[in-house]
Amino acid sequence: MVDGIQVTGVNAWFGSVHVLKGIDLAMAPKAVTAIIGPSGCGKSTFIRCLNRMHEVVPEARVSGTVLVEGEDVYAAGVDPVQVRRRIGMVFQRPNPFPTMSVFDNVAAGLRLAGIRRRADLQEAVERALRQAALWDEVKDGLDKSGTSLSGGQQQRLCIARALAVDPAVLLMDEPCSALDPIATARIEELILELRGALTIVIVTHNMQQAARVSEATAFFLMGELVEFGVTRELFTNPRDKRTEDYITGRFG
Amino acid sequence: MTARTRRVVNRVMGELTALAAGLVILPLLLIFGFLLFQGASAINVDFFTHLPKPVGEDGGGMANAIIGSLILVGLAACLGLPIGILGGVYLAESRDRRMPWLVRFLADVLNGVPSIVIGIFAYALVVLPMRRFSALAGAVALAVIMLPIVVRTSEELVRLVPSSLREAALALGIPEWKVILRVVLPTARAGIITGVMVAVARVAGETAPLLFTAFGNRFWHQGLDQPIAALPLQIFAYAIAPYDDWHRQAWAGALVLIGMVFIVSLAARVATRGRFSGVR
Repeated sequence: MVDGIQVTGVNAWFGSVHVLKGIDLAMAPKAVTAIIGPSGCGKSTFIRCLNRMHEVVPEARVSGTVLVEGEDVYAAGVDPVQVRRRIGMVFQRPNPFPTMSVFDNVAAGLRLAGIRRRADLQEAVERALRQAALWDEVKDGLDKSGTSLSGGQQQRLCIARALAVDPAVLLMDEPCSALDPIATARIEELILELRGALTIVIVTHNMQQAARVSEATAFFLMGELVEFGVTRELFTNPRDKRTEDYITGRFG
Repeated sequence: MTARTRRVVNRVMGELTALAAGLVILPLLLIFGFLLFQGASAINVDFFTHLPKPVGEDGGGMANAIIGSLILVGLAACLGLPIGILGGVYLAESRDRRMPWLVRFLADVLNGVPSIVIGIFAYALVVLPMRRFSALAGAVALAVIMLPIVVRTSEELVRLVPSSLREAALALGIPEWKVILRVVLPTARAGIITGVMVAVARVAGETAPLLFTAFGNRFWHQGLDQPIAALPLQIFAYAIAPYDDWHRQAWAGALVLIGMVFIVSLAARVATRGRFSGVR
């Protein structure tokens, strides 16, 4: 079995607009890979191609192969629902389900996958909340509304919700862009703790964040992968002129 | 603008909006007060428990019409609400462009069709083949009147649910139909119930489409394939009759009708209240 994520020749379109052009990228298992690049360069589209969320948008298309732990998620007969169960996702803005309590939010994925036993649910919810470093703050208010938490807590709740189904991969789409620096720091600590447990791909606008949390970094520009390498090398000694211009703030 | 004029304008506009809000509920209060004044004296236990008495005899009630209206509206809701809510979900969630546009347009046209015409439609569809006026025919007419209201409000409310919630649920590996059933509809619940109650209140008072479908009945409910009494029909019949005690009973019937709509709305809200609110 091949671990991690292997992406070969991935192209993506919105209608007739070609937003990802022939991406080849291999993301190491149980490590953090950061995707950086200016707005509109296709980095969000790229991670949405990994869990087949790109095709949810009307008139969006994908081609190429994506191997997650050796399995082609775009192979004929593969159910996108099954793919998404193994690949968790956290979005830019915290989006807990407003009609559900903290507990129900975390249990949502498990319940809808058919797990009913109260004890199993309780165990999984506690484990996910501890993993997301939220347990101590919410353990006395598990039946409160998920939207009553602060923004940073809501985002950690969304991380717990994604972790509860025990995914092999966690995709994070600018998870800190709506949070203040303190909440951001907590999420970053959390990413460092989760490293080693599962494969994480994080899209970020914040280059310091990429440098702090990731082992490998990919730089995207106008739908193309410009450079991919070990994070420290990419930031200290970029091979491509465009990467250097971007990380030194000369454009973007 | 000086600080003083700004404060005065602010004050005046504030009062004006409050006045407008008061004027909105004034007609309801006047109607309710007038009905109480005219009809309260005819309301007693007999009114809720007895059949109408023959002309010339005192007393009697409208129990048959109260039960008849509950049956008619209940049956209409059973027919109209599932179709209406599912239709609204389709209009909001479908990726197709042309078909939803057509359905939306036709639903708005249907909403504008006079209710008596819908009564004729139910007459042709149900009464003629069955060769009999019936509760079923009345319920079909009322359900057709409910449909466009329920479809359009459900659609609007489902649209109001942020797409980020749908994405969060889909990304958890939840199939689309479950996402709609367990995340989208609960989030839109409070608003959809408002729309449903508007539709129920609207048909509870409909008279014209029942004239040649439910037809009315002076006796207890005898089965869904038989003519059935309804409060609006009975109010109409009593109001145009030349007897003073019937007029009083007609007023009382109107009062009971408003009271029933009020109680059903309230009960629906309480019974379906979620623990946390979604979109209103």
